[in-house]
Amino acid sequence: MNGSDWLLNISDLTVEYKTGRGKITALSHLSLGVRRGEILAVVGESGCGKSTLGLSIINLLQKPPASIASGEILFNGTDILKLNEGRMAALRGTEISMIFQDPMSSLDPVYTVGQQLREAINTKEGRDDKKKPYVVSSPDLEYGAKARASRLMLPQLPGARRERRHGEDIIEALRAVNISDPEKVANKYPHELSGGIAQRVMIAQALVERPSLLIADEPTSALDVTIQAQVLKLIKKLRDEIGSSVIFITHDLAVAAQVADRVAVMYAAQLVELSGAGELFKRPLHPYSEALILSFPRRYKDQGRLDAISGDVPDLRAPPSGCRFHPRCKYAFDRCTAEMPHLVDVGSDHQVACFLREKP
Amino acid sequence: MGILTFIGKRLLLTIPVIIGVTFLTFAISFLFVPNVTVAWLGLRSTVAARAALAAEFHLNDPIYVQYFYYMSNLIHGNWGTIPGGGQPILYNIEIFFPATVELAIASIVITIVIGIPLGVIAARYHNTKVDHSIRFFYLAGYSSPPFLLALLGLLVFGYIFKFFPTQGELTVGLIAPKHITGMYVVDSLLTGNWIDLRDSVWHLILPATALSLTYFGVVAKMTRASMLEVLQKDFIRAAYAKGLRGSTVIFKHALRNALIPTITILGLLLGSLLGGTVVIESIFQWPGIGLFATQAVENYDFPAIVGTTLIFALAVVSGNLIADVLYAVMDPRIKV
Amino acid sequence: MTDDIIEARDVVKHFPIRYELADRVLRKERQRVHAVDSVSLSVKVRETLGLVGESGSGKTTLGKVMLMLDRPTSGQIIFKGEDLTTVNDEGLRAKRKKMQIVFQNPNASLDPRQRIGDIIAEPLTVFREHGRSEIHEIVARISEAVGLPLDGMMRFPHEFSGGQRQRVAIARALVMNPEFIVLDEPTSALDSSIQAQILNLLRRLQDEFSLSYLFITHNVNVVKYMADRVAVMYCGKLVEIGETKEVLEHPMHPYTITLISSIPLPDPEEKLETKDLTGEIPSSVNPPTGCRFHPRCPYAQEICKTTEPPLREVSRGHWSACHFAESLGDLPGSGRS
Repeated sequence: MNGSDWLLNISDLTVEYKTGRGKITALSHLSLGVRRGEILAVVGESGCGKSTLGLSIINLLQKPPASIASGEILFNGTDILKLNEGRMAALRGTEISMIFQDPMSSLDPVYTVGQQLREAINTKEGRDDKKKPYVVSSPDLEYGAKARASRLMLPQLPGARRERRHGEDIIEALRAVNISDPEKVANKYPHELSGGIAQRVMIAQALVERPSLLIADEPTSALDVTIQAQVLKLIKKLRDEIGSSVIFITHDLAVAAQVADRVAVMYAAQLVELSGAGELFKRPLHPYSEALILSFPRRYKDQGRLDAISGDVPDLRAPPSGCRFHPRCKYAFDRCTAEMPHLVDVGSDHQVACFLREKP
Repeated sequence: MGILTFIGKRLLLTIPVIIGVTFLTFAISFLFVPNVTVAWLGLRSTVAARAALAAEFHLNDPIYVQYFYYMSNLIHGNWGTIPGGGQPILYNIEIFFPATVELAIASIVITIVIGIPLGVIAARYHNTKVDHSIRFFYLAGYSSPPFLLALLGLLVFGYIFKFFPTQGELTVGLIAPKHITGMYVVDSLLTGNWIDLRDSVWHLILPATALSLTYFGVVAKMTRASMLEVLQKDFIRAAYAKGLRGSTVIFKHALRNALIPTITILGLLLGSLLGGTVVIESIFQWPGIGLFATQAVENYDFPAIVGTTLIFALAVVSGNLIADVLYAVMDPRIKV
Repeated sequence: MTDDIIEARDVVKHFPIRYELADRVLRKERQRVHAVDSVSLSVKVRETLGLVGESGSGKTTLGKVMLMLDRPTSGQIIFKGEDLTTVNDEGLRAKRKKMQIVFQNPNASLDPRQRIGDIIAEPLTVFREHGRSEIHEIVARISEAVGLPLDGMMRFPHEFSGGQRQRVAIARALVMNPEFIVLDEPTSALDSSIQAQILNLLRRLQDEFSLSYLFITHNVNVVKYMADRVAVMYCGKLVEIGETKEVLEHPMHPYTITLISSIPLPDPEEKLETKDLTGEIPSSVNPPTGCRFHPRCPYAQEICKTTEPPLREVSRGHWSACHFAESLGDLPGSGRS
C-alpha cells in the first residue's frame, strides 16, 4: 500500500478504553487506507468502533479513559500519532477537518455563526498562501481578518446585532454550501438555525481551508430525510470541487451506498470487509455485510418476511472467541469459534476477514 | 424587544414585591410592640406627652390608615425621623449606605478575583490533589461563621502584625474626602486626594477580604461545576477540531459559557451584600447600613427599622434585576 | 365504517406559547404551535396504518392525542364506536386497557430502578384485576411471546441491550390484552441489525394477538414493510393517505413525491435525484398560507398560496390534499417505486 495516491494509511491501530467495569478494546488491530479524493464510508452499528476511528485520526480522543495501545497513522507520510499537540492543532482545520452528528450542539451557543466562521478562518497563522481558501468568487477576495483567533468576542446586546456586517469571505463560504440568505444566517445564533442550515454551516467551517481530509461522523443521522438528501448531494459536490478525501462514518447502509466510492464494514471493533461500493452491495462477501444488506427493509408487507440477524451486538468487555460474528453467523463452522480471521485480499480492491472466503 | 423594555418589564414586577415587603415589615413592627409611645419616650414620660405623640404619628388609627400615611410619606421622601429628636431616616441612610456599597463592591471584586480562577483550575485538574485542596479551602471558608474569619484576620493582620488598621473607614485625624458618592475610595480617587485614597483602601482591605472569604466558595464551586459540565459538551470538541489552541478553547469558549450561571449568582450575591453585612460591620466598626440597622433594632426605632428593611429589599431586588439582565446579555438563547 | 377500531375526526391540537402580561399590553397576538390541524383518519381492525412525516409534521402528537394522552384542542376520537373526548378521566382509565403505546427510546421509557418482571407486570398490578399467580403466568407467557429470556425477569434494564429493552416495552404494552397499539418510532433508536428482528416480532404479534397498529415513523422503507395503508403528514396536515403500495408507487402529492425521492436505498446504482428541493421545513407556529407545502413545491401555482387544498379521494381509497393531484403523474420524475 505505497504510492502517492494514498493520503492516509492506518496500520494495526488498537485503541482501548478503561471503564469502571473493565477494559474495552474499541479498535482492534485496524488497518485501512484512504486514497486522495475518494469518499470512504465506514459502516457499522453501535459499539463497532467507527466513531473511535474518526476521533483517533484527528487525535481528539479523551486520553484518559482512552489510550492508543499500538499502531500508526500515516498522513502524507507522517505518523500523526507521534505529533505533539501543537503540530496536531496546526493540522486540524487546515489539513484534517471533522464534522459531527448533531450540528446544533457542535456550535458554541453564545457566539453567532459569523463570529465562529471568522474564528475558523483566522486560526491559520502561518497559512500556506499558495493554497487559496475555498470560496466561489475571485481569488483576490480578501481573506481573513487581521485579528488573531484568540481575540475575545464580546457578547452583543440583544437587539443590537442585526445590522452587523461580515467579511465577504464569510458570506462566500456560506453561499458555497447553498445557504440562500448568508447575511442573515451569519448574524444568527446556533439555536436559531434549523438542523439542515446548521450542518451546512459546519461543513462550510470544515471545508473553508481546503483540507485534504474531511472526517464526517454521522453527519446526516440527526437530519430529516429530505434535508439529508440535500446535504449528501452537497458533500459530494464539494468533494468534486475541492478534491478532499472524505471518511464518511454512518450506521445507515443506504446512505453509504449513496455517497461512497469504497466501503469499510466494521463489526465489534474490527474491520471485516473493505471493497468498492458497487462490488460490496452486489457481492457482499462477509456474512455480516451480507446479512446487513439482506435485513434492510425494502419489501412490501405482503411480500414475505425480512431476513433478520439473530442475536445481539457483542459486549466488547467479553467478546466471543475466535471470529466475533460467529454466534450470529449462519455459515459458522468449527474454525470460526477457535481462530480469529484476518483481512485477506480476495479480488481487486476487495478484502474480507472470514474463513469462508479464504482460499485454502 | 430591546434591553430597555426588558428592564422595564422586570421593574414593573418589582413593585408588588416592594409593596409586599413594606407592608409585612410595617405589620410586624406594628404587632410586636404593644406600647409604642412608651418605647419611644421612656417609662417616665407623661400620659399627655404620649398622647401627643400618638396623635402626631396617627398611632391610634387602624393599621391600614397608618400604613397609608407611611407609604405616602415614603414616596414623598419623608422616611420619618428618629423620634425623641434626631435626624430624618433618609438622611441617615444616605450617610450609612455608601459605606456598605463600597464594602460590598470591594468584596465582590475580591471574590471574583479569587473565586473564578480557582474554579477554573479545580475543573482543569479535577479529581487531583489540586482540586481537592481548592475544595477544602473554600469549604472551610464557607462553613466557618463569618465572624470567625473576621476576628482571625483582625487578630493576625491587625494586632499581631499591625499590617492593616482595625477599625472604621479612615484613620482618626484624617479629613474625609469631598462627598460625591459617599464612598471614600471612589471620592478620593475622583478628587485626586491620594492620602485619603491610600488610607481608605487600606482600611477597606481587611473587612472586604474577610467578607469574601465566606462567599468565594460559592463562586468557585459554581465555576468549577459549570466548567466541568461545559467541557463535556460537543461544541468544545468541535472547537478543538477546528484547530483552535487549548487556551483559546478554555477561555473563549468554555469559560464564557461556564460563567453564565456564575455571573447570575454574583448578581444575587451583590444584592444580599448590599443589604448590610451586620457581623463584619460590627467587628470592624464599619459605618454601614448593617450597623445602623442593629442600632435601630436595639432602640425600637420603627421608622429606622422599616427604612432599613426597605433598603434591604430594594438591594435584593436590584441584585435580582442585575442578575437577570446579565443573564439575558450573556446567553443569547434567552428571549429578551 | 364499522370495521374501524379507532377514528380521528377533525382533530386539532394546538399548544400555546408563553404569553406574558407585557405581550398583552403591547397587543401582540397570542401564538400557538399548530401541531395538528384538522386531521381525520381511521385505523381498521387488525390493520397497520403507517403514519409518515418529518419533524414538525405532528405525527407523534397525533399518536398521543389518539390515545387521549393529550386531549385534543378540538375534534373527536372514536374508539370502538365511543367518543373518547366525552369520557371523563376515570372512564378513560378503563379504556387504557385496550389501547397502548410503545415509545421510541427504550432507555427513557423503562424505569431504570425497576426490575424487568415488575415493569412488565405493572399494568396488571395497577388495574388489580388478577391475582398474584395469574399475573405471574401472564408475564411469563407474554415474555415468551416477545422473545425475552425467562431468567431475565429479575434483572434491571441497564443489563439488557437496546433491542431487548424494546421487547420489554412491547411486552408491557401487551399484558392487558389491548386491541390497538400506537408504535411511535419503535425501531428508530435501534441498530439496523436489531431493527429487522423487532419489525418481524411486531408483525408476528399482530397476527397472534389480532392487534391494530398505528405505526409512526419517518422511515419510508420501514413503513413499506409494516403498513397496509399509509398516511403522510406535513406541517400538521394530512396530505395523502391510501394503500401503501398505491401511495408509494403512484404518489399523488408533491410532498410525498419529494419524500420518496429522498429515500436512499442500499444500491449504489440507484442514486438519489433529489427534486431540486430547497428550503427548510416550515415552523408550526406560523405555517405558510394556503397549502403549507407551497413554498417548497416545484409545481406550486397561484391558488396554492391562497387556498388550502381539501383532502379528497383521487382514486379508490387514495386521498390527496393537492389542487393538482391528478395531473402530477404527467410530470417527469414522479412516482419512483
